[in-house]
Amino acid sequence: MNQKVSATIDAHADLPNGSGAAALLAAGIGCFAVALLALAADTLPSVKSLLIFYRPTGPLSGVTTVAVVAWLVCWAVLEQRWRKRTVALGRVSAVALALLALSLLLTFPPIADLF
Amino acid sequence: MEITARGLWTLIHGMGFGALYLLACSGALVQLTRLYRRDANAPATRGDEIFLTLYLVTMAALAWAAVLTGTYIVYPWYRAVAPPGTANLAGFPQLLLKSSPATTAWHSIGMEWKEHVGWLTPIATTMAAALQIRYGRHLKSHPQLRSAVVCFVLAAFFAAGIAGFFGAMLDKHAPVEGGSLMRLSHGESQ
Repeated sequence: MNQKVSATIDAHADLPNGSGAAALLAAGIGCFAVALLALAADTLPSVKSLLIFYRPTGPLSGVTTVAVVAWLVCWAVLEQRWRKRTVALGRVSAVALALLALSLLLTFPPIADLF
Repeated sequence: MEITARGLWTLIHGMGFGALYLLACSGALVQLTRLYRRDANAPATRGDEIFLTLYLVTMAALAWAAVLTGTYIVYPWYRAVAPPGTANLAGFPQLLLKSSPATTAWHSIGMEWKEHVGWLTPIATTMAAALQIRYGRHLKSHPQLRSAVVCFVLAAFFAAGIAGFFGAMLDKHAPVEGGSLMRLSHGESQ
């Protein structure tokens, strides 16, 4: 039984990490897009009016819709390119986590107001 | 005992979807850390794998439900514009908060942060659920990937915590109320 379980794990040990890397990086990009678009809408009146997709919600509707679309498109493209490959996961996850950390910082109003 | 339609939606958004998500976070973090540790005594079973997959998919659904109800149902009531000359701002929470220096930061910091940071949660949680579906117990063979997923879930927890905290405080200082009134029970007069 134990042999069977470890054999299954070993068989997947070389499962390429490309899909995982694609999902991670796309999530980092998606989160960063939320922060970046929110910042752009806050500082540039022309961007703000462009991002009003649903008037009762204001620019937040455009900020989140565009960011979600950007995230999904990035995910699909990266998945297509990396799914059968083993990529340098250390570098990819460092970039994804840096984008996530920047998103958390840039959505904090006192920091966003510096720009 | 009565509740307004807007109050009920605020409750569904915050105490329903948001609070359930926050409650689920610690369980996901424990499971992701414990189950796929390289030095785990027993390998994760197919049952463990299915349970964690369903758990993360449910969390992702809760996160999406929370941000979508918040953004498209509750937020428009929060930022409603009062007709000129309105003296009572009770039905206009954003204007009510901005009308006093003592409460304006609840909007300029609280709501401004909450409305954006909350959206990081469904993105990060959906990614975690997708990787659990794709790799499952084989995440054990990809420790870097597992660590990054745990970091994203931790960040999602933090973001949801900020949104939840400010949601509760905003509702305390300027509740979103109005719409039709629903009577939950009849009280006896003293």
